[in-house]
Amino acid sequence: METLSRPSDHIDSAPQRDAKIVNPNLGVVGWLRWFWRQLTSMRTALLLLLLLAIAAVPGSLVPQRSSDPNGVSQYFADYKDTAPILDQFQMFDVYTSAWFSAIYLLLFISLIGCVLPRTKHHIEALQAQPPVTPANLVRLPAYAQLTIAGKSAEEVLEAARKVLKADRYRVARYDRAAGGTGKLKSEAAITVSAERGYMRETGNLIFHFALVGVLIAVGFGGGFGFAGQRAIYEGQAFTNSLIAFDSFNPGRFFNSANLTPYTIQLDKFTAVYEEKNSNAIGQPVDFTAEVTTQIQGEAPQQQTIKVNEPLRIAGTDVYLLGNGYAPTITVRDAEGNVVFTDSVNFLPQDKNLTSLGVIKLPDGLAEQVGLIGFFYPTVSEGHSGAYFSMYPDLIDPRLTLDVYAGDLGLDEGIPRSVYALDTADMTKLAGRKAPQKSLEFSIGETVELPNGLGSVTFDGVKRFVSLDIHRDPTQGWVLVFSLSALAGLLISLFIPRRRMWVSVTENSDGSVTAECAGLARGDDPTLDTAVNALKDKLERALGLTRD
Amino acid sequence: MTDTLSEYSVLALYSAMAIYAIAFVLFTLDLAKGASGDPVAGAEAQKVVVPERRKLARVAMALTVIGFALQFAATLMRGVAASRVPWANMYEFAMTGTLIIVAVFLLVNLKWDMKFLGSFVTGLVLLLLGLAATRYYVEIVPLPPALQSYWLVIHVFVATLATGFFALGFALSLMQLLQTKRELAVAAKEKTRLAFLTRLPDSVQLENYAYRLIIIGFVLWTFTLIAGAIWAEKAWGRYWGWDTKEVWTFIIWTIYAGYIHARSTRGWRGTRSAWLAMIGFAAVIFNFTVVNIFFKGLHAYSGL
Repeated sequence: METLSRPSDHIDSAPQRDAKIVNPNLGVVGWLRWFWRQLTSMRTALLLLLLLAIAAVPGSLVPQRSSDPNGVSQYFADYKDTAPILDQFQMFDVYTSAWFSAIYLLLFISLIGCVLPRTKHHIEALQAQPPVTPANLVRLPAYAQLTIAGKSAEEVLEAARKVLKADRYRVARYDRAAGGTGKLKSEAAITVSAERGYMRETGNLIFHFALVGVLIAVGFGGGFGFAGQRAIYEGQAFTNSLIAFDSFNPGRFFNSANLTPYTIQLDKFTAVYEEKNSNAIGQPVDFTAEVTTQIQGEAPQQQTIKVNEPLRIAGTDVYLLGNGYAPTITVRDAEGNVVFTDSVNFLPQDKNLTSLGVIKLPDGLAEQVGLIGFFYPTVSEGHSGAYFSMYPDLIDPRLTLDVYAGDLGLDEGIPRSVYALDTADMTKLAGRKAPQKSLEFSIGETVELPNGLGSVTFDGVKRFVSLDIHRDPTQGWVLVFSLSALAGLLISLFIPRRRMWVSVTENSDGSVTAECAGLARGDDPTLDTAVNALKDKLERALGLTRD
Repeated sequence: MTDTLSEYSVLALYSAMAIYAIAFVLFTLDLAKGASGDPVAGAEAQKVVVPERRKLARVAMALTVIGFALQFAATLMRGVAASRVPWANMYEFAMTGTLIIVAVFLLVNLKWDMKFLGSFVTGLVLLLLGLAATRYYVEIVPLPPALQSYWLVIHVFVATLATGFFALGFALSLMQLLQTKRELAVAAKEKTRLAFLTRLPDSVQLENYAYRLIIIGFVLWTFTLIAGAIWAEKAWGRYWGWDTKEVWTFIIWTIYAGYIHARSTRGWRGTRSAWLAMIGFAAVIFNFTVVNIFFKGLHAYSGL
């Protein structure tokens, strides 16, 4: 049987005699050809596939910088000795590492090297006639025959041709004169040769090309897009420009001039928590952010963002990834002049939203002052006297502030996180192990700062949301290629490719014998059924059986 | 109302487990009977055995159907009680997942006689259900916002369906390996303790069955991967991020892709590809248990 232009170690290709041609003068071209054959062989593809599976494992055992940067820092802190060694082997960046990339690039080169010649061969096969009918149909894997009286051989053959055509076989007629002698003697016969299921190979090729498409789309997608984060509280607006992001990760080819100017204002954030089900009190049931968006030059629009319902605006996608409380705080100096008034995003520390935030007051007071605050939406007191939040919603909100005075470290021009306070050069004035207890507030209360520095007022609480803003221009292509791969896979696995032959010979008594035979190309569990069905249909077409 | 329904659900599940247990014993006895009917391994063993009326297996099969009906009721009641699909935490995954394994087993038996896999299927289902019911039972709680999506229905269901096909593929591949061993022993006229496999299809037939089930599983798994990526894009803002669960879904896909290629590679069809099918299912189970329970990642929502 002729091959489908498969690699030489494919199970459908003819076994090769051991090529023991160890030619010392193989030459560069010879070696390259040998190497290419090795690379595009089934065995190599298989080993690369399995190697890829194994290589992916460590990325699930060790935290990855891409998905869990905090985990990586923690790992370095926990395993001071092994972490740097693992880092040498790019264990914290497995999926962008040299060795992982090498495996999948080799795999894809192997794949392309295998698929291209097959494509050429398949295109030729699509234009070719089905092959000449073999002389001895009995020897084929599936076989059936019937003897018909009262019909001419031509009539029977024409009926067979029609049946095969109706089953969407490609059909060709071959006549054979009587020939041979003795055992090899064969009667004169008229035959049709038919083949179907070319789509099987088409689907297979689509699958493999689509995978290449996925790889290319994924590779380029990261380059042209960006991902940025921004937290805004109720009433606050965010403008889609580089400086407005809290953090921003551009792709390699991203040009910030491509940012479409628009604003998103958070009007209201609603969190619903379970109140009835005693097994799930306080579990979040719904998060909804109501926003007003405005693209430059257009009318503002009211929209909502939910966890599974991102906002699609101006080629970017806006996701609701987190939320928390933003207490509104006003600080006055000793004379009562306002030196600070704003809502400050406090980061949630647990599921009941005990939240931690920092306020830095570099100017306006007698000294530089830093405040580290804890916010408890529903405060409760533990055995040790420490506060905690027992419910995530605002039932009994409480704010405590530790007060530090000294050097905030802002003047050296080193960028500092707004969520952390460097207390190395500061003195603790209020809080644990300080001369005075933490300042404590319910909503609307004002408390004096230590040392007559001034006062702090807790005006109220707003909600804040953290938004992820992404642009990935190729993700649509990734989807298209993935779905093509799926379609190709379905076709290539479930459409059987087979050849069928019907050969009609005239018997001495005037009757004719029709032989039907089939040959599978690739996995085909229904070959026998198909040959028997062909025989039945032929009988029916000739009016030999009733339906 | 909700509490009563979920109590009935638990009751139905325990009843189903009891019935599966009996079916398991009967299936195993049926397999063992195959051995006693063939005391001397040798040329005799290769004779085609006339299909006999296997009473034990047929009773076991009927019990499995009843067990399935009870488990289906249990799963349905759990879903109704929670007013959502019953696959949102480990306990429910186990319940729905094993239900689907049994469903695939019953379905495949309509086409081919695979009663010889009954021991494996009921045994595996009992083990998983037992673990889930005793270690991972949780009361019904509402869905967190991250899971409130129709993709939960599609993505998780198709993944579980794929698991059902992979499970049977695993069992068939295991049988294939044992059968190959027995066939070699018989050919060499050696004694073998695997005589109970005499009544089973030969190793090539077993391999063909395994392949046909696994390719269905593979297509479903490919769909799971794509559906998961679409959902991840909506919920987390990126379609692929090498989260631990994503990594293992990818690994499983790659192993089975390897299996399909191995079937077409000279020297790999047969025993080696069977090993790959088994490693693939081991990875599926690993993904479902160890990765869910011990690995950190975005999929760790399952409310253990």
